[in-house]
Amino acid sequence: MKILVPVKRTIDYNVKVKVKADSSAVDLTNAKMAINPFCEIAVEEAVRLKEKGVADEVVVVSIGSKSCQEQIRTALALGADRGIQVETEDALESLQIAKLLAKVVEEESPEMVILGKQSIDSDNNQTGQMLAALTGMPQGTFASEVEVNDGKVKVTREIDGGLQTVELTLPAVITTDLRLNEPRYASLPNIMKAKRKPLDVKPAADFGVELESHVKVLKVTPPPERQGGIKVADVDELVEKLKNEAKVIS
Amino acid sequence: MSILVYAEHDTENLKPETAKVVKAATQMGDDVHLLVAGENCQSIAEQAAKLAGVAKVLVADNAAYGHQLAENTADLLVEMAGGYTHIVAGATTTGKNFMPRVAALLDVAQISDIIGVESDDTFIRPIYAGNAIATVQTADKVKVVTVRAASFDAVDESGSADIEAVDVVKTSERSSFVTESLTESERPELTAADIVISGGRGMQNGENFSLLEGIADKLGAAIGASRAAVDAGFVANDMQVGQTGKIVAPQLYIAVGISGAIQHLAGMKDSKVIVAINKDEEAPIFQVADYGLVADLFEALPELESKL
Ligand SMILES: Cc1cc2nc3c(=O)[nH]c(=O)nc-3n(C[C@H](O)[C@H](O)[C@H](O)COP(=O)(O)OP(=O)(O)OC[C@H]3O[C@@H](n4cnc5c(N)ncnc54)[C@H](O)[C@@H]3O)c2cc1C
Ligand SMILES: Nc1ncnc2c1ncn2[C@@H]1O[C@H](COP(=O)(O)O)[C@@H](O)[C@H]1O
Repeated sequence: MKILVPVKRTIDYNVKVKVKADSSAVDLTNAKMAINPFCEIAVEEAVRLKEKGVADEVVVVSIGSKSCQEQIRTALALGADRGIQVETEDALESLQIAKLLAKVVEEESPEMVILGKQSIDSDNNQTGQMLAALTGMPQGTFASEVEVNDGKVKVTREIDGGLQTVELTLPAVITTDLRLNEPRYASLPNIMKAKRKPLDVKPAADFGVELESHVKVLKVTPPPERQGGIKVADVDELVEKLKNEAKVIS
Repeated sequence: MSILVYAEHDTENLKPETAKVVKAATQMGDDVHLLVAGENCQSIAEQAAKLAGVAKVLVADNAAYGHQLAENTADLLVEMAGGYTHIVAGATTTGKNFMPRVAALLDVAQISDIIGVESDDTFIRPIYAGNAIATVQTADKVKVVTVRAASFDAVDESGSADIEAVDVVKTSERSSFVTESLTESERPELTAADIVISGGRGMQNGENFSLLEGIADKLGAAIGASRAAVDAGFVANDMQVGQTGKIVAPQLYIAVGISGAIQHLAGMKDSKVIVAINKDEEAPIFQVADYGLVADLFEALPELESKL
């Protein structure tokens, strides 16, 4: 079984971004970049399925400029077998990403595609579901457990009220939630080995997909700042303030 | 402008989010229809018909929609999309699951998790864990939008919309429901509560959450948690507040033993009043707290409970 894992290059999750002075975008100059944490969980899950003998090949794909090869190499160091970069300089929307991924799925015919549930930059939470719709695959989103058996996959999903389990016929699309696994750290020898693993580069324009943007960003502004509060000395003062000043309890 | 809103429910009750999503929809245009999809959901339709601003309630009552499987629900909405300028749902795990499918099948973009409506095609949404706010305009004919309920007030229940049956059945062969384990609680839902008290890694274990329960009982509050508390197994996953969990904006949010990582702040910093109880006076949570108490939670919580 082949597993395809789309990974995105995003800002490191520890970085608190600032907005550019001209309100056009966030300022990513010199920002530390990394693999989107949910994608890292996706790579880990695919590699574990390979280690268990369920999968025999893990292919990672990233859509972006040359710099996203760094994140593909990270995924290869974590145990993926080969990488594909779909090269574009444009910042594409989830719909276009999903259309390109659908083409990669056509070429690669994986039995499973594991994506992150959400990119921590756009906070879109769309691509996996869109890919499933475009390819006609069933979907198991926000997965906290994945169990493959006999051409089917059982996915336990984190939902607002608790957990839900669905069964999907392969090929299927899965998106990862935080509790699915805890990704390993890449060892130095594996980082060295990853440098020699195959990485194909394919221009996005070659896929024959309409890449026009549907959504225009008119402006990007900082969120309203909260007024700094006060420290209370003890529980008595806290209760007094909540009752008489904030008036949120009685 | 005709707007189709997906009503969220658990077969017995319409979810409180829906009245807030309807509010957002009424800001996009004035002909708002509400779709109730489910199995044996007639009573939901009646509740939905009372929401002010709703012109018509459409009911798709069929086993195919019983567990809101994304495949079936999305196909239903796509079939119904003709004639609508907007398709709108809450940015809940249900809405997030099927709405991007609707968008892709209609070949349009989805605008996720909006917190404001500027006009019928322009919306405001947070990005980067709420550290930036984007104003975006879509050129699509049909606008597919998910709404952050916490950012809108609920419409009242003064309406009396007509109820109409929808006779569309969509069933996917390749996806089926197996089981569900839902958290039972007497407390208000996290996203609907006026007061939320959340515990973090500082709580040390699940048993200690009983220290929060005593206070929650007295205040009628919901209980939430940080990711660290959920990952460590102290409490269930559906209690996670944050960028990638639930977004809350209650009148009062009390963070206990939570450091205040940006991902947690993303889920609660629009609360009206924030209280932080933490033994580390440098903890970043104090930067957003209206009232900070530097204290050991194991001393502060029992005292707080006794003084409420
Ligand atoms: C992709 C991604 C998504 C994430 N999504 C979320 C999310 O949605 N929600 C979320 O919450 N996090 C999320 N996180 C995790 C986030 O980065 C933090 O790791 C997490 O919020 C920390 O939880 P915490 O504050 O409980 O733990 P810690 O950061 O360990 O803080 C514990 C706090 O407890 C205090 N404390 C300890 N003992 C006591 C005591 N006896 N009395 C008083 N205070 C005490 C300490 O001083 C400390 O400040 C996400 C991370 C990633 C990478
Ligand atoms: N540029 C990209 N290249 C590869 N995968 C992507 C890209 N953008 C998004 N994805 C995948 O889609 C998931 C969800 O992203 P989003 O819908 O943008 O929140 C990510 O976790 C990735 O797995």
